[in-house]
Amino acid sequence: MKNIALKLPTEQYEKNFSDLHPPFTQNSAVTEANRCLYCYDSPCMKACPTHIDISTFIKKISTGNLLGSAKTIYESNWVPLTCAKACPVDVLCEGACVYNDKGEKPIQIGRLQRYAIENYFEKGMPVLFHKSPKNGKSVGVVGSGPAGLACSAELSLMGYEVTIYEANKIPGGLNTWGIAPYKMRREDSLKEVELVKSFGVDLKTEIMIGKTLKVDDLLKKHDALFLGVGLGESPQLSIPGEELSGVVGALDFIEKVKTENWKDVHVGKRVAVIGAGNTSIDAATEAKRLGADQVYIIYRRSDVEMSAYEFEYELAKRDGIVFHFLTSPKRIIGNDFVEGIECLKMKLGEPDKWGRRKSVPIPGSEFAIPVDMIIKAIGQETKSSFLSSITKLTLDDEGCVVVDQITYQTTNPKIFAGGDCINGGKEVVNAAHDGKRAAHGIDKYLSLPKGGK
Amino acid sequence: MVDLSINCAGIKSPNPFWLASAPPSNSAYQNCKAFEQGWGGTVWKTIGEPVMNVFNRYGGLDYNGQKIFGLNNIELISDRPIEVNLREIAETKKLWPDRAVVVSLMVESKRETWHEIVKRTIDTGCDGIELNYGCPHGMSERGMGAAVGQVPEYCKMITEWVTEVSTIPVIVKLTPNISNIQLPARAAKAAGAEAISLINTINSIIGINLDTFELKPNVGGLGGHGGYAGPAVKPIALHLLSQVAIDPEVNLPISGIGGVSNWRDAVEFILLGASSVQVCTAVMHYGFRIVNDMIEGMTNWMESKGFTSLDQIRGKSLQCVNDFGNFDLLNRTIARIDQQKCIHCNLCYIACEDAAHQCIDLTPVNGHNKTEVREKDCVGCALCSLVCPVENCISMVRIDDGSASKTWNQLTTEFKKSGKPMTWENLAEFQHKHGIEIH
Repeated sequence: MKNIALKLPTEQYEKNFSDLHPPFTQNSAVTEANRCLYCYDSPCMKACPTHIDISTFIKKISTGNLLGSAKTIYESNWVPLTCAKACPVDVLCEGACVYNDKGEKPIQIGRLQRYAIENYFEKGMPVLFHKSPKNGKSVGVVGSGPAGLACSAELSLMGYEVTIYEANKIPGGLNTWGIAPYKMRREDSLKEVELVKSFGVDLKTEIMIGKTLKVDDLLKKHDALFLGVGLGESPQLSIPGEELSGVVGALDFIEKVKTENWKDVHVGKRVAVIGAGNTSIDAATEAKRLGADQVYIIYRRSDVEMSAYEFEYELAKRDGIVFHFLTSPKRIIGNDFVEGIECLKMKLGEPDKWGRRKSVPIPGSEFAIPVDMIIKAIGQETKSSFLSSITKLTLDDEGCVVVDQITYQTTNPKIFAGGDCINGGKEVVNAAHDGKRAAHGIDKYLSLPKGGK
Repeated sequence: MVDLSINCAGIKSPNPFWLASAPPSNSAYQNCKAFEQGWGGTVWKTIGEPVMNVFNRYGGLDYNGQKIFGLNNIELISDRPIEVNLREIAETKKLWPDRAVVVSLMVESKRETWHEIVKRTIDTGCDGIELNYGCPHGMSERGMGAAVGQVPEYCKMITEWVTEVSTIPVIVKLTPNISNIQLPARAAKAAGAEAISLINTINSIIGINLDTFELKPNVGGLGGHGGYAGPAVKPIALHLLSQVAIDPEVNLPISGIGGVSNWRDAVEFILLGASSVQVCTAVMHYGFRIVNDMIEGMTNWMESKGFTSLDQIRGKSLQCVNDFGNFDLLNRTIARIDQQKCIHCNLCYIACEDAAHQCIDLTPVNGHNKTEVREKDCVGCALCSLVCPVENCISMVRIDDGSASKTWNQLTTEFKKSGKPMTWENLAEFQHKHGIEIH
């Protein structure tokens, strides 16, 4: 990179990456919990993909039964701390809170969940659930992200011998590596990994399935397999100049930020983020908070079509991110280093098959933005080459693993899958739900008379 | 123009809001500050026998995050000498001639002692005397306070000792810790008291510390019953007030006390016959400043209703106070849910289902639940409308046309006349005739 942004004082980094939603104090948590109406068959519970019994766990906070509150949460969700901090609550539980209909502020469910779960970890993870006796069956889980953790926890308590295979040295998947530090720190994700390990799950790190070990090895070793492998690299922009120094993928960038060695993460003075999804916002705000002077988000459609949530958009604007809507990158300018990006103005055309309006280039509208760094955030590719190498697995057109909607069983009866690798990229909470459901799918399968053998 | 002034047994004040005999009315400093802020009167914290307080003396009852929903105390009467109090009372009355200054008294049960304290009190120039027959702790064990109020004969005897020498109005303050409040009220009347005030605090243990197993308030490991007050006691106070107010054998002006926190509460007390209201806990929570809203709120309410004087509303609701036997059994209401206002919390459903008569149906519609009253089964108990968090979402609608009316007393009389015993079968026949089905 040519123009690296000046490093900030240590305190400034800590300030920039401090909690977006600070924790409740005991008093404020109880006060907020007491606001909860304790709805019956509550809309918030239905809006949560894992169907946490929210009003019940909140009621327990109000009476000071914090251990019971944590138990209620864990009965539905094995990564509740991550969910509390990273869930788009505005569009899920809090968005469904009846207070919205009453014209009042919804209950801060995410922060209350965080309060209950942080207390649980502070208390040293007292035992909430008792394991069933070992049933002599074994399941291999590929990936220690939210789907893999949820599946492992559930199976382990049911009496299965569970081994997780994780490629990274530090486990947790995107919970550990993919969430902006001002939402959640790495250590929080690792606490949730520890809890799952405490159930007796064997977690093997730095084992890359497909390389270190083959899927066939695992199929021989275990009675069933769960794939929670997530997604892969950012796709290519496929424009000239992409090989220049200063062009990075969003997830690689975010992962570096998550090492929390702020000073070691170089950002350009001027940064362009390509794409306007939630990951783009994370990358843009993180670049800004690392000291970039100017950060742009370049998106070929308008704000109406962008997939970033409203609150993420607001956050980016508060951080001073400049949005170039209806702008498409054409060429990255520079010799060895990124020096700028040439873009083309776009206009909106007919809706595509999903109803999203297409963007159409305006001929001769080229213009250049001088930048020192380009972060590609136009989604993630599926791990299709790895997945397609697995026997009897079926992938859909998008490269996602095809599973049964109820059991999460793939077309290979011994293999189950969940999380981003089946949906192409959703929330942590969806992965947590998939993993748990898949565990029951596996249990059902292995409980059949000839199950797994 | 609204006039809030009152005259309670000859004791006049520019508004009905008096400080109750309690910690806020302990000194000239406090009473004068209260008057500056607009309080109409004060009942000076009880003076009398030598006492010494313990240090920790209050316990709060919080409810769902609301602080001091109830408050109890084991504080005694004034712990300052009689001389100091009398001097300050005289000074205060001189400074505030238009406010009501009533002095609460409590001394040992000796005629001469009462005569002496009454005379000395009158010498201060105060407007009236309140006899503290209600203090439920500390003093009662010494044969004073509630020990007097709980025995109508003592109540009468001591009141007579006071009225035989008093030249100013005497108010007898009653304890609620008695099964029939009318008896001490009648005793006070018979002894020549000019007014009644009620209620004093209720015997209570406010709570227990779950870590130490000690009572609250905790005095070096010990605790005991204290006097309970605050918003939580208001319904009890309203009931006892009504009982004294409707008793033709009493028929005295009443100063209402017990959980009055704002003008709305005060209006309720006046509607049940109170002349003035006395306030303590709300002041202990928020300070004297609350009187501003009390005066303004009551004035605005009076204006909006077209009243100009409190005489026009005093006792207005007493005509509604009656016995169950005279209630119309055929005055039928049912619950109706306004679907436009419903926020789908389903609290009405679960309350009706688990705690009432299982007459609300819950049906999934468009991702939420629709709650609907099965009107033929609704008994009109109103529980659903009470748990509903949305104002005016569930209303209780009258469905009978008023043509039929029958009270329990009428029904039993009719049965008796026609020789029918009161059996389940005969009662069911009556219900059936009027289309009432009890499941």
